[in-house]
Amino acid sequence: MGKTILDFEKPIFELEEKLEEMKESSASLDIGKDILRLETKVAQLKEELYKGLTRWQRVQLARHPDRPFTLDYINLMTENFIELHGDRHYGDDKAIVGGFAKLGDYKVMLIGQQKGRDTKSNVYRNFGMANPEGYRKALRLMKLAEKFNKPVITLLDTPGAYPGLEAEERGQAEAIARNLFEMSRLRVPIIVVIIGEGASGGALGIGVGNRILMLQNCWYSVISPESCSSILWRNWDYKEQAAEALKLTAPDLLEQKIIDRIIEEPLGGAHKDHQAAADTLKSALLEELDKLVKIKPEKLIEERLEKFGSMGEYIE
Amino acid sequence: MPWFRRSKEKISPDSKKKDLPDGLWEKCLGCGEIIHKKQLEVNLWTCLKCDYHFRVGSEEYIQVLLDDRSFKELFKKMRSSDPLKFVDTKRYNERITAAIKKTGLNDAVRVGTGKINGKSVAFGCMDFKFIGGSMGSVVGEKIARIIDKAYKSKIPLIIISQSGGARMMEGAYSLMQLAKTSSRLARLADAKIPYISILADPTTGGTTASYAMLGDVNIAEPKALIGFAGPRVIKQTIGKDLPKGFQRSEFLLERGFVDKVVSRQELKQTVSNLIDLMT
Ligand SMILES: [Zn+2]
Repeated sequence: MGKTILDFEKPIFELEEKLEEMKESSASLDIGKDILRLETKVAQLKEELYKGLTRWQRVQLARHPDRPFTLDYINLMTENFIELHGDRHYGDDKAIVGGFAKLGDYKVMLIGQQKGRDTKSNVYRNFGMANPEGYRKALRLMKLAEKFNKPVITLLDTPGAYPGLEAEERGQAEAIARNLFEMSRLRVPIIVVIIGEGASGGALGIGVGNRILMLQNCWYSVISPESCSSILWRNWDYKEQAAEALKLTAPDLLEQKIIDRIIEEPLGGAHKDHQAAADTLKSALLEELDKLVKIKPEKLIEERLEKFGSMGEYIE
Repeated sequence: MPWFRRSKEKISPDSKKKDLPDGLWEKCLGCGEIIHKKQLEVNLWTCLKCDYHFRVGSEEYIQVLLDDRSFKELFKKMRSSDPLKFVDTKRYNERITAAIKKTGLNDAVRVGTGKINGKSVAFGCMDFKFIGGSMGSVVGEKIARIIDKAYKSKIPLIIISQSGGARMMEGAYSLMQLAKTSSRLARLADAKIPYISILADPTTGGTTASYAMLGDVNIAEPKALIGFAGPRVIKQTIGKDLPKGFQRSEFLLERGFVDKVVSRQELKQTVSNLIDLMT
Protein backbone atom coordinates (compact mmCIF):
# COMPACT_ATOMS: atom_id res chain seq x y z
CA MET A 1 0.00 0.00 0.00
CA GLY A 2 1.02 3.62 -0.33
CA LYS A 3 2.25 3.62 -3.88
CA THR A 4 1.08 7.13 -4.57
CA ILE A 5 2.85 9.86 -2.64
CA LEU A 6 1.23 13.27 -2.35
CA ASP A 7 3.37 16.38 -2.64
CA PHE A 8 3.12 17.38 0.98
CA GLU A 9 4.09 13.87 2.11
CA LYS A 10 7.39 13.82 0.18
CA PRO A 11 9.72 15.18 2.89
CA ILE A 12 8.51 12.52 5.34
CA PHE A 13 8.84 9.75 2.78
CA GLU A 14 12.37 10.82 2.00
CA LEU A 15 13.30 10.79 5.68
CA GLU A 16 11.74 7.38 6.13
CA GLU A 17 13.63 6.01 3.17
CA LYS A 18 16.87 7.45 4.51
CA LEU A 19 16.16 5.82 7.84
CA GLU A 20 15.65 2.43 6.24
CA GLU A 21 18.91 2.75 4.33
CA MET A 22 20.79 3.64 7.45
CA LYS A 23 19.33 0.73 9.35
CA GLU A 24 20.49 -1.67 6.69
CA SER A 25 23.97 -0.25 6.35
CA SER A 26 24.58 0.21 10.04
CA ALA A 27 24.28 -3.38 11.14
CA SER A 28 28.02 -3.61 11.70
CA LEU A 29 28.42 -0.15 13.17
CA ASP A 30 27.61 0.87 16.70
CA ILE A 31 25.16 3.70 15.92
CA GLY A 32 21.94 2.06 17.07
CA LYS A 33 21.25 4.85 19.54
CA ASP A 34 21.58 7.53 16.89
CA ILE A 35 19.20 5.69 14.61
CA LEU A 36 16.68 5.30 17.38
CA ARG A 37 16.84 9.02 18.02
CA LEU A 38 16.32 9.74 14.34
CA GLU A 39 13.43 7.33 14.25
CA THR A 40 11.68 9.12 17.10
CA LYS A 41 12.27 12.43 15.38
CA VAL A 42 10.75 11.19 12.10
CA ALA A 43 7.73 9.79 13.90
CA GLN A 44 7.27 13.14 15.62
CA LEU A 45 7.52 15.06 12.36
CA LYS A 46 5.03 12.72 10.78
CA GLU A 47 2.55 13.18 13.54
CA GLU A 48 2.86 16.95 13.31
CA LEU A 49 2.52 16.93 9.54
CA TYR A 50 -0.73 15.00 9.52
CA LYS A 51 -2.14 16.94 12.43
CA GLY A 52 -1.50 20.25 10.71
CA LEU A 53 -2.88 19.43 7.28
CA THR A 54 -4.74 22.15 5.44
CA ARG A 55 -8.26 21.50 4.26
CA TRP A 56 -7.09 21.11 0.69
CA GLN A 57 -4.50 18.52 1.78
CA ARG A 58 -7.29 16.58 3.50
CA VAL A 59 -9.27 16.67 0.27
CA GLN A 60 -6.25 15.13 -1.46
CA LEU A 61 -6.04 12.39 1.17
CA ALA A 62 -9.77 11.74 0.77
CA ARG A 63 -9.11 11.10 -2.92
CA HIS A 64 -5.97 9.04 -2.42
CA PRO A 65 -6.06 6.27 -5.04
CA ASP A 66 -4.82 3.68 -2.52
CA ARG A 67 -7.54 4.41 0.04
CA PRO A 68 -9.90 1.58 0.95
CA PHE A 69 -13.13 1.82 -1.03
CA THR A 70 -16.60 0.49 -0.24
CA LEU A 71 -15.94 -3.10 -1.31
CA ASP A 72 -12.63 -3.12 0.60
CA TYR A 73 -14.42 -2.14 3.81
CA ILE A 74 -17.15 -4.68 3.15
CA ASN A 75 -14.58 -7.43 2.61
CA LEU A 76 -12.53 -6.45 5.64
CA MET A 77 -15.41 -5.87 8.05
CA THR A 78 -18.07 -8.43 7.16
CA GLU A 79 -18.73 -12.08 6.45
CA ASN A 80 -20.99 -13.76 3.91
CA PHE A 81 -21.47 -10.63 1.82
CA ILE A 82 -23.82 -11.31 -1.07
CA GLU A 83 -23.85 -8.53 -3.62
CA LEU A 84 -27.23 -7.77 -5.18
CA HIS A 85 -27.59 -6.14 -8.55
CA GLY A 86 -29.95 -3.93 -10.51
CA ASP A 87 -32.70 -1.40 -9.98
CA ARG A 88 -35.37 -3.58 -11.67
CA HIS A 89 -36.20 -0.70 -14.04
CA TYR A 90 -33.24 0.06 -16.23
CA GLY A 91 -29.96 -1.63 -15.33
CA ASP A 92 -27.20 -2.31 -12.85
CA ASP A 93 -25.14 0.74 -11.96
CA LYS A 94 -21.57 -0.30 -11.15
CA ALA A 95 -20.92 2.99 -9.33
CA ILE A 96 -23.12 1.89 -6.43
CA VAL A 97 -22.80 -1.55 -4.86
CA GLY A 98 -24.77 -3.21 -2.13
CA GLY A 99 -25.96 -6.39 -0.51
CA PHE A 100 -26.63 -8.31 2.66
CA ALA A 101 -23.76 -9.26 4.95
CA LYS A 102 -22.94 -10.15 8.52
CA LEU A 103 -21.25 -7.48 10.59
CA GLY A 104 -20.32 -9.05 13.90
CA ASP A 105 -23.55 -10.63 15.07
CA TYR A 106 -25.72 -8.30 13.02
CA LYS A 107 -27.24 -9.08 9.65
CA VAL A 108 -27.17 -5.81 7.76
CA MET A 109 -27.65 -4.22 4.35
CA LEU A 110 -24.49 -2.47 3.15
CA ILE A 111 -24.66 0.04 0.30
CA GLY A 112 -21.98 2.37 -1.02
CA GLN A 113 -20.51 4.24 -3.93
CA GLN A 114 -17.63 2.34 -5.48
CA LYS A 115 -14.59 3.88 -7.13
CA GLY A 116 -12.02 2.06 -9.23
CA ARG A 117 -8.33 1.87 -8.49
CA ASP A 118 -6.90 2.16 -11.98
CA THR A 119 -8.08 3.49 -15.32
CA LYS A 120 -9.80 0.30 -16.36
CA SER A 121 -11.68 -0.25 -13.12
CA ASN A 122 -12.48 3.44 -12.90
CA VAL A 123 -14.13 3.36 -16.29
CA TYR A 124 -16.07 0.26 -15.17
CA ARG A 125 -17.16 2.07 -11.99
CA ASN A 126 -17.69 5.40 -13.76
CA PHE A 127 -15.27 6.92 -11.19
CA GLY A 128 -17.86 6.32 -8.48
CA MET A 129 -20.34 8.68 -10.15
CA ALA A 130 -23.78 7.10 -10.11
CA ASN A 131 -26.56 7.41 -12.66
CA PRO A 132 -30.24 7.41 -11.59
CA GLU A 133 -30.36 3.60 -11.68
CA GLY A 134 -27.64 3.55 -9.02
CA TYR A 135 -29.78 5.57 -6.63
CA ARG A 136 -32.80 3.45 -7.52
CA LYS A 137 -30.85 0.26 -6.88
CA ALA A 138 -29.81 1.67 -3.51
CA LEU A 139 -33.44 2.43 -2.67
CA ARG A 140 -34.54 -1.01 -3.75
CA LEU A 141 -31.99 -2.56 -1.42
CA MET A 142 -33.00 -0.30 1.45
CA LYS A 143 -36.63 -1.32 1.00
CA LEU A 144 -35.49 -4.92 1.02
CA ALA A 145 -33.69 -4.32 4.31
CA GLU A 146 -36.82 -2.69 5.70
CA LYS A 147 -38.92 -5.66 4.65
CA PHE A 148 -36.71 -8.07 6.56
CA ASN A 149 -36.05 -5.68 9.42
CA LYS A 150 -32.30 -5.34 8.87
CA PRO A 151 -30.31 -2.17 9.63
CA VAL A 152 -28.87 -0.25 6.68
CA ILE A 153 -25.28 1.00 6.53
CA THR A 154 -24.30 3.31 3.68
CA LEU A 155 -20.74 4.23 2.72
CA LEU A 156 -20.33 7.55 0.90
CA ASP A 157 -17.46 8.04 -1.53
CA THR A 158 -18.21 9.92 -4.72
CA PRO A 159 -17.00 12.94 -6.67
CA GLY A 160 -20.67 13.57 -7.49
CA ALA A 161 -23.71 12.19 -9.26
CA TYR A 162 -22.88 11.70 -12.93
CA PRO A 163 -23.65 14.89 -14.89
CA GLY A 164 -24.42 13.12 -18.15
CA LEU A 165 -27.06 13.48 -20.82
CA GLU A 166 -28.68 10.13 -20.15
CA ALA A 167 -28.59 10.71 -16.41
CA GLU A 168 -30.80 13.74 -17.00
CA GLU A 169 -33.07 11.82 -19.37
CA ARG A 170 -33.62 9.17 -16.73
CA GLY A 171 -34.24 11.69 -13.96
CA GLN A 172 -31.10 12.13 -11.87
CA ALA A 173 -32.78 14.81 -9.76
CA GLU A 174 -35.88 12.72 -9.17
CA ALA A 175 -33.85 9.66 -8.21
CA ILE A 176 -31.88 11.58 -5.58
CA ALA A 177 -34.95 13.43 -4.27
CA ARG A 178 -36.88 10.16 -4.00
CA ASN A 179 -34.07 8.60 -1.94
CA LEU A 180 -34.00 11.53 0.50
CA PHE A 181 -37.77 11.25 0.83
CA GLU A 182 -37.85 7.47 1.32
CA MET A 183 -34.74 7.21 3.50
CA SER A 184 -36.25 9.70 5.93
CA ARG A 185 -39.15 7.35 6.60
CA LEU A 186 -37.44 3.97 6.40
CA ARG A 187 -38.49 1.83 9.37
CA VAL A 188 -35.05 0.41 10.17
CA PRO A 189 -31.90 2.06 11.57
CA ILE A 190 -29.64 3.76 9.02
CA ILE A 191 -25.98 4.54 9.68
CA VAL A 192 -24.20 6.73 7.15
CA VAL A 193 -20.40 6.78 6.90
CA ILE A 194 -18.40 9.17 4.76
CA ILE A 195 -15.34 7.10 3.81
CA GLY A 196 -13.80 9.36 1.14
CA GLU A 197 -15.38 12.08 -0.92
CA GLY A 198 -18.84 13.37 -0.09
CA ALA A 199 -19.69 15.53 -3.06
CA SER A 200 -23.03 17.19 -2.90
CA GLY A 201 -26.39 15.64 -3.80
CA GLY A 202 -24.61 12.67 -5.36
CA ALA A 203 -23.31 11.68 -1.92
CA LEU A 204 -26.38 12.74 0.08
CA GLY A 205 -28.52 10.59 -2.25
CA ILE A 206 -27.64 7.66 0.03
CA GLY A 207 -26.85 9.83 3.06
CA VAL A 208 -29.95 10.30 5.20
CA GLY A 209 -29.59 8.38 8.45
CA ASN A 210 -29.86 8.17 12.22
CA ARG A 211 -26.11 8.45 12.73
CA ILE A 212 -23.64 10.17 10.44
CA LEU A 213 -20.04 9.06 10.91
CA MET A 214 -17.08 10.43 9.02
CA LEU A 215 -13.56 9.13 8.62
CA GLN A 216 -10.88 11.57 9.66
CA ASN A 217 -9.50 12.45 6.22
CA CYS A 218 -12.67 12.97 4.21
CA TRP A 219 -14.58 15.89 2.83
CA TYR A 220 -18.31 16.47 2.59
CA SER A 221 -19.90 19.57 1.11
CA VAL A 222 -22.31 21.08 -1.35
CA ILE A 223 -19.68 21.35 -4.08
CA SER A 224 -16.08 20.31 -4.72
CA PRO A 225 -13.38 22.93 -4.09
CA GLU A 226 -12.49 22.93 -7.80
CA SER A 227 -16.02 23.59 -9.03
CA CYS A 228 -16.53 26.18 -6.31
CA SER A 229 -13.34 27.90 -7.43
CA SER A 230 -14.40 27.87 -11.07
CA ILE A 231 -17.80 29.38 -10.31
CA LEU A 232 -17.06 31.91 -7.58
CA TRP A 233 -13.52 32.89 -8.60
CA ARG A 234 -14.21 32.17 -12.28
CA ASN A 235 -10.93 30.31 -12.35
CA TRP A 236 -9.88 26.75 -11.46
CA ASP A 237 -6.82 27.92 -9.48
CA TYR A 238 -8.49 28.87 -6.21
CA LYS A 239 -9.27 25.36 -4.98
CA GLU A 240 -7.20 25.79 -1.80
CA GLN A 241 -9.09 28.96 -0.85
CA ALA A 242 -12.38 27.34 -1.82
CA ALA A 243 -11.62 24.33 0.42
CA GLU A 244 -10.88 26.70 3.31
CA ALA A 245 -14.04 28.72 2.70
CA LEU A 246 -16.29 25.67 2.42
CA LYS A 247 -15.17 24.26 5.80
CA LEU A 248 -15.60 20.73 4.53
CA THR A 249 -13.44 18.52 6.77
CA ALA A 250 -14.57 16.12 9.48
CA PRO A 251 -13.75 18.50 12.38
CA ASP A 252 -15.59 21.31 10.55
CA LEU A 253 -18.68 19.18 10.08
CA LEU A 254 -18.63 17.99 13.67
CA GLU A 255 -18.64 21.62 14.74
CA GLN A 256 -21.49 22.36 12.33
CA LYS A 257 -23.41 19.46 13.93
CA ILE A 258 -23.82 17.79 10.56
CA ILE A 259 -21.94 14.64 11.56
CA ASP A 260 -22.11 12.83 14.90
CA ARG A 261 -18.72 11.25 15.15
CA ILE A 262 -15.24 11.21 13.60
CA ILE A 263 -13.62 7.83 12.99
CA GLU A 264 -9.86 8.01 13.39
CA GLU A 265 -7.66 6.72 10.59
CA PRO A 266 -4.21 5.17 10.86
CA LEU A 267 -1.47 7.82 10.90
CA GLY A 268 -1.03 9.14 7.37
CA GLY A 269 -4.46 8.00 6.24
CA ALA A 270 -6.65 4.93 5.86
CA HIS A 271 -4.59 3.76 2.87
CA LYS A 272 -1.59 3.11 5.12
CA ASP A 273 -3.36 0.22 6.78
CA HIS A 274 -6.65 -0.97 5.31
CA GLN A 275 -7.22 -3.57 7.99
CA ALA A 276 -6.68 -1.15 10.85
CA ALA A 277 -9.01 1.40 9.24
CA ALA A 278 -11.68 -1.25 8.72
CA ASP A 279 -11.32 -2.55 12.30
CA THR A 280 -11.81 0.91 13.78
CA LEU A 281 -14.84 1.53 11.62
CA LYS A 282 -16.27 -1.88 12.41
CA SER A 283 -16.12 -1.38 16.14
CA ALA A 284 -17.73 2.06 15.83
CA LEU A 285 -20.52 0.61 13.69
CA LEU A 286 -21.16 -2.18 16.18
CA GLU A 287 -21.34 0.33 19.01
CA GLU A 288 -23.88 2.41 17.12
CA LEU A 289 -25.90 -0.63 16.09
CA ASP A 290 -26.10 -1.81 19.70
CA LYS A 291 -27.90 1.43 20.51
CA LEU A 292 -29.99 1.84 17.37
CA VAL A 293 -31.53 -1.63 17.20
CA LYS A 294 -33.27 -0.95 20.52
CA ILE A 295 -35.17 2.03 19.13
CA LYS A 296 -38.70 1.57 17.76
CA PRO A 297 -39.33 2.34 14.07
CA GLU A 298 -41.55 5.39 14.75
CA LYS A 299 -38.89 6.83 17.02
CA LEU A 300 -36.14 6.19 14.44
CA ILE A 301 -38.14 8.15 11.87
CA GLU A 302 -38.91 10.96 14.28
CA GLU A 303 -35.26 11.25 15.29
CA ARG A 304 -34.16 11.42 11.64
CA LEU A 305 -36.69 14.16 10.96
CA GLU A 306 -35.47 16.16 13.95
CA LYS A 307 -31.83 15.55 13.15
CA PHE A 308 -32.00 16.97 9.63
CA GLY A 309 -34.60 19.52 10.70
CA SER A 310 -32.12 21.10 13.09
CA MET A 311 -29.37 21.48 10.47
CA GLY A 312 -28.80 25.03 9.31
CA GLU A 313 -28.15 28.47 10.80
CA TYR A 314 -30.19 31.64 10.34
CA ILE A 315 -31.30 34.82 12.05
CA GLU A 316 -34.93 35.51 12.90
CA MET B 1 -24.68 22.34 -7.78
CA PRO B 2 -24.07 25.83 -8.95
CA TRP B 3 -26.80 28.41 -8.53
CA PHE B 4 -25.01 30.49 -11.07
CA ARG B 5 -25.42 30.15 -14.79
CA ARG B 6 -23.58 32.19 -17.28
CA SER B 7 -26.29 32.46 -19.86
CA LYS B 8 -26.09 36.00 -21.09
CA GLU B 9 -29.56 36.44 -22.41
CA LYS B 10 -31.24 35.38 -19.17
CA ILE B 11 -29.10 37.09 -16.62
CA SER B 12 -28.87 40.59 -18.00
CA PRO B 13 -32.03 41.77 -19.67
CA ASP B 14 -30.87 45.25 -18.63
CA SER B 15 -28.76 45.63 -21.71
CA LYS B 16 -31.85 45.27 -23.85
CA LYS B 17 -33.88 47.67 -21.80
CA LYS B 18 -31.51 50.51 -22.46
CA ASP B 19 -33.05 51.57 -25.74
CA LEU B 20 -36.54 51.61 -24.28
CA PRO B 21 -37.72 54.84 -22.66
CA ASP B 22 -39.02 55.27 -19.11
CA GLY B 23 -38.71 51.63 -18.09
CA LEU B 24 -42.35 51.29 -19.09
CA TRP B 25 -41.68 48.91 -21.91
CA GLU B 26 -40.29 45.40 -21.96
CA LYS B 27 -38.83 43.55 -24.89
CA CYS B 28 -39.92 39.96 -25.33
CA LEU B 29 -36.94 37.61 -25.24
CA GLY B 30 -38.88 35.14 -27.35
CA CYS B 31 -39.85 37.24 -30.36
CA GLY B 32 -38.54 40.76 -29.77
CA GLU B 33 -41.98 42.32 -29.43
CA ILE B 34 -42.07 45.52 -27.37
CA ILE B 35 -44.78 45.29 -24.74
CA HIS B 36 -46.04 47.91 -22.29
CA LYS B 37 -45.61 46.89 -18.66
CA LYS B 38 -49.30 47.31 -17.89
CA GLN B 39 -50.23 45.08 -20.76
CA LEU B 40 -47.66 42.52 -19.66
CA GLU B 41 -49.14 42.47 -16.17
CA VAL B 42 -52.67 41.98 -17.51
CA ASN B 43 -51.32 39.12 -19.56
CA LEU B 44 -49.61 37.60 -16.47
CA TRP B 45 -46.14 38.39 -17.79
CA THR B 46 -46.41 36.31 -20.91
CA CYS B 47 -45.97 37.54 -24.48
CA LEU B 48 -49.22 38.15 -26.35
CA LYS B 49 -47.56 37.24 -29.58
CA CYS B 50 -45.39 34.18 -28.85
CA ASP B 51 -46.47 33.07 -25.34
CA TYR B 52 -42.93 33.57 -24.03
CA HIS B 53 -43.05 33.39 -20.23
CA PHE B 54 -41.13 36.25 -18.66
CA ARG B 55 -39.17 35.33 -15.58
CA VAL B 56 -41.01 36.86 -12.65
CA GLY B 57 -40.73 36.70 -8.87
CA SER B 58 -42.84 35.87 -5.85
CA GLU B 59 -44.76 39.15 -5.97
CA GLU B 60 -46.03 38.36 -9.46
CA TYR B 61 -46.72 34.68 -8.73
CA ILE B 62 -48.80 35.67 -5.72
CA GLN B 63 -50.95 37.67 -8.18
CA VAL B 64 -50.99 34.82 -10.68
CA LEU B 65 -52.02 32.10 -8.26
CA LEU B 66 -53.65 33.45 -5.13
CA ASP B 67 -56.95 35.24 -4.59
CA ASP B 68 -56.66 38.98 -4.26
CA ARG B 69 -55.14 40.08 -0.93
CA SER B 70 -55.40 36.57 0.50
CA PHE B 71 -51.64 36.06 1.01
CA LYS B 72 -50.48 36.21 4.61
CA GLU B 73 -46.73 36.03 4.72
CA LEU B 74 -44.94 34.04 7.42
CA PHE B 75 -41.36 34.13 8.73
CA LYS B 76 -40.69 37.21 6.63
CA LYS B 77 -37.77 38.44 8.71
CA MET B 78 -35.67 35.32 8.56
CA ARG B 79 -32.27 35.96 6.99
CA SER B 80 -28.90 34.33 6.60
CA SER B 81 -26.41 34.43 9.47
CA ASP B 82 -23.47 33.63 7.18
CA PRO B 83 -22.65 30.58 9.30
CA LEU B 84 -19.31 29.79 7.63
CA LYS B 85 -18.16 33.44 7.45
CA PHE B 86 -17.67 32.64 3.80
CA VAL B 87 -15.37 34.73 1.64
CA ASP B 88 -14.61 34.31 -2.04
CA THR B 89 -13.91 37.33 -4.20
CA LYS B 90 -16.46 39.05 -1.97
CA ARG B 91 -17.79 38.45 1.50
CA TYR B 92 -20.99 36.41 1.50
CA ASN B 93 -22.30 38.78 4.13
CA GLU B 94 -21.90 41.66 1.68
CA ARG B 95 -23.57 39.67 -1.08
CA ILE B 96 -26.57 39.11 1.18
CA THR B 97 -26.80 42.76 2.19
CA ALA B 98 -26.58 43.82 -1.45
CA ALA B 99 -29.23 41.29 -2.51
CA ILE B 100 -31.58 42.42 0.25
CA LYS B 101 -31.13 46.04 -0.83
CA LYS B 102 -31.59 45.26 -4.50
CA THR B 103 -34.62 42.98 -4.22
CA GLY B 104 -36.40 44.13 -1.07
CA LEU B 105 -36.51 40.47 -0.05
CA ASN B 106 -34.68 38.85 2.87
CA ASP B 107 -33.84 35.64 1.01
CA ALA B 108 -34.77 33.58 -2.04
CA VAL B 109 -38.15 32.28 -0.89
CA ARG B 110 -41.36 33.73 0.53
CA VAL B 111 -43.89 31.55 2.31
CA GLY B 112 -47.29 32.00 3.82
CA THR B 113 -50.93 31.06 3.57
CA GLY B 114 -53.42 32.15 0.96
CA LYS B 115 -56.51 31.16 -0.97
CA ILE B 116 -57.00 29.71 -4.41
CA ASN B 117 -60.58 30.25 -5.57
CA GLY B 118 -61.58 30.37 -1.92
CA LYS B 119 -59.67 27.27 -0.85
CA SER B 120 -56.96 27.69 1.81
CA VAL B 121 -53.45 26.63 0.88
CA ALA B 122 -49.93 26.77 2.29
CA PHE B 123 -47.84 28.57 -0.29
CA GLY B 124 -44.17 29.07 -1.04
CA CYS B 125 -42.55 30.85 -3.94
CA MET B 126 -38.88 31.24 -4.73
CA ASP B 127 -37.24 34.33 -6.22
CA PHE B 128 -34.50 33.79 -8.77
CA LYS B 129 -33.35 37.37 -8.44
CA PHE B 130 -32.10 36.76 -4.89
CA ILE B 131 -28.61 35.21 -5.39
CA GLY B 132 -29.85 33.03 -8.23
CA GLY B 133 -32.72 31.62 -6.19
CA SER B 134 -30.16 29.54 -4.35
CA MET B 135 -31.08 27.42 -1.35
CA GLY B 136 -29.20 27.92 1.89
CA SER B 137 -30.33 27.53 5.49
CA VAL B 138 -33.04 30.20 5.23
CA VAL B 139 -34.70 28.78 2.13
CA GLY B 140 -34.54 25.25 3.55
CA GLU B 141 -35.95 26.29 6.91
CA LYS B 142 -38.77 28.38 5.44
CA ILE B 143 -39.74 25.60 3.05
CA ALA B 144 -39.67 23.11 5.95
CA ARG B 145 -41.88 25.38 8.03
CA ILE B 146 -44.43 25.92 5.30
CA ILE B 147 -44.61 22.17 4.82
CA ASP B 148 -45.28 21.92 8.56
CA LYS B 149 -47.97 24.59 8.25
CA ALA B 150 -49.71 22.47 5.60
CA TYR B 151 -49.28 19.42 7.83
CA LYS B 152 -50.67 21.02 10.97
CA SER B 153 -53.51 22.94 9.30
CA LYS B 154 -54.29 20.03 6.95
CA ILE B 155 -54.31 22.28 3.90
CA PRO B 156 -52.78 21.58 0.47
CA LEU B 157 -49.22 22.76 -0.19
CA ILE B 158 -48.16 24.66 -3.29
CA ILE B 159 -44.50 25.51 -3.92
CA ILE B 160 -43.20 27.40 -6.95
CA SER B 161 -39.52 26.74 -7.57
CA GLN B 162 -37.06 28.80 -9.54
CA SER B 163 -33.55 28.17 -8.40
CA GLY B 164 -30.00 27.53 -9.49
CA GLY B 165 -29.67 24.95 -6.71
CA ALA B 166 -28.01 24.83 -3.31
CA ARG B 167 -26.10 27.91 -2.16
CA MET B 168 -22.35 27.32 -2.17
CA MET B 169 -21.60 29.93 0.47
CA GLU B 170 -23.23 27.89 3.20
CA GLY B 171 -21.36 24.69 2.33
CA ALA B 172 -22.72 21.51 3.88
CA TYR B 173 -25.50 23.45 5.63
CA SER B 174 -27.00 24.13 2.20
CA LEU B 175 -26.67 20.51 1.17
CA MET B 176 -28.52 19.35 4.28
CA GLN B 177 -31.53 21.49 3.34
CA LEU B 178 -32.26 18.91 0.62
CA ALA B 179 -32.69 16.27 3.30
CA LYS B 180 -34.51 18.63 5.67
CA THR B 181 -37.18 19.57 3.12
CA SER B 182 -37.56 16.09 1.63
CA SER B 183 -38.02 14.46 5.03
CA ARG B 184 -40.75 16.96 5.94
CA LEU B 185 -42.47 16.18 2.63
CA ALA B 186 -42.42 12.48 3.50
CA ARG B 187 -44.31 13.23 6.71
CA LEU B 188 -46.79 15.37 4.77
CA ALA B 189 -47.31 12.54 2.30
CA ASP B 190 -47.93 10.07 5.13
CA ALA B 191 -50.66 12.43 6.36
CA LYS B 192 -52.19 12.30 2.85
CA ILE B 193 -52.09 16.04 2.33
CA PRO B 194 -51.63 17.04 -1.32
CA TYR B 195 -48.49 18.80 -2.52
CA ILE B 196 -48.38 20.44 -5.93
CA SER B 197 -44.93 21.44 -7.14
CA ILE B 198 -44.69 24.12 -9.81
CA LEU B 199 -41.39 24.38 -11.65
CA ALA B 200 -40.52 27.72 -13.25
CA ASP B 201 -37.51 28.73 -15.28
CA PRO B 202 -34.93 27.70 -14.16
CA THR B 203 -35.07 24.92 -11.59
CA THR B 204 -31.78 23.05 -11.28
CA GLY B 205 -29.38 21.41 -8.83
CA GLY B 206 -30.33 20.71 -5.25
CA THR B 207 -33.75 22.30 -5.52
CA THR B 208 -34.73 19.90 -8.29
CA ALA B 209 -33.08 17.06 -6.36
CA SER B 210 -35.39 17.69 -3.40
CA TYR B 211 -38.78 19.36 -3.04
CA ALA B 212 -39.26 20.53 -6.64
CA MET B 213 -39.35 16.92 -7.93
CA LEU B 214 -41.40 15.52 -5.06
CA GLY B 215 -44.86 16.88 -5.83
CA ASP B 216 -47.82 14.54 -5.86
CA VAL B 217 -48.28 16.45 -9.06
CA ASN B 218 -45.41 18.26 -10.78
CA ILE B 219 -46.40 21.12 -13.08
CA ALA B 220 -43.89 22.94 -15.27
CA GLU B 221 -44.23 26.31 -16.95
CA PRO B 222 -43.62 26.16 -20.71
CA LYS B 223 -40.00 25.91 -21.87
CA ALA B 224 -38.55 26.19 -18.35
CA LEU B 225 -35.05 24.81 -17.84
CA ILE B 226 -35.35 21.93 -15.38
CA GLY B 227 -32.57 19.52 -14.46
CA PHE B 228 -29.99 18.32 -11.99
CA ALA B 229 -26.69 19.26 -13.60
CA GLY B 230 -26.49 22.53 -15.50
CA PRO B 231 -26.30 22.35 -19.31
CA ARG B 232 -22.79 23.81 -19.34
CA VAL B 233 -21.47 21.06 -17.05
CA ILE B 234 -23.16 18.32 -19.07
CA LYS B 235 -21.77 19.72 -22.28
CA GLN B 236 -18.28 19.69 -20.74
CA THR B 237 -18.74 16.12 -19.53
CA ILE B 238 -19.90 14.60 -22.79
CA GLY B 239 -17.96 16.93 -25.08
CA LYS B 240 -20.89 17.34 -27.44
CA ASP B 241 -23.59 19.91 -28.06
CA LEU B 242 -26.85 19.20 -26.30
CA PRO B 243 -29.93 18.35 -28.34
CA LYS B 244 -32.48 21.09 -28.89
CA GLY B 245 -35.05 21.31 -26.11
CA PHE B 246 -32.89 19.23 -23.75
CA GLN B 247 -33.85 19.77 -20.08
CA ARG B 248 -36.82 21.93 -21.02
CA SER B 249 -40.30 21.36 -19.58
CA GLU B 250 -41.59 19.58 -22.68
CA PHE B 251 -38.59 17.22 -22.57
CA LEU B 252 -39.34 16.39 -18.93
CA LEU B 253 -42.97 15.76 -19.78
CA GLU B 254 -41.89 13.38 -22.53
CA ARG B 255 -39.48 11.57 -20.15
CA GLY B 256 -42.13 11.25 -17.46
CA PHE B 257 -40.86 13.62 -14.79
CA VAL B 258 -43.59 16.25 -14.87
CA ASP B 259 -47.33 15.65 -15.14
CA LYS B 260 -48.22 18.69 -17.16
CA VAL B 261 -46.79 21.72 -18.86
CA VAL B 262 -49.21 24.51 -18.06
CA SER B 263 -49.24 28.05 -19.38
CA ARG B 264 -49.32 30.79 -16.76
CA GLN B 265 -52.78 31.77 -18.02
CA GLU B 266 -54.12 28.36 -17.04
CA LEU B 267 -52.05 27.84 -13.91
CA LYS B 268 -54.48 29.00 -11.25
CA GLN B 269 -57.45 27.13 -12.70
CA THR B 270 -55.43 23.93 -13.13
CA VAL B 271 -54.14 24.04 -9.54
CA SER B 272 -57.63 24.86 -8.26
CA ASN B 273 -59.17 21.92 -10.14
CA LEU B 274 -56.45 19.58 -8.94
CA ILE B 275 -56.99 20.54 -5.31
CA ASP B 276 -60.71 19.94 -5.83
CA LEU B 277 -60.11 16.50 -7.27
CA MET B 278 -57.51 15.46 -4.73
CA THR B 279 -59.26 16.54 -1.55
ZN1 LIG C 1 -42.89 37.19 -27.72
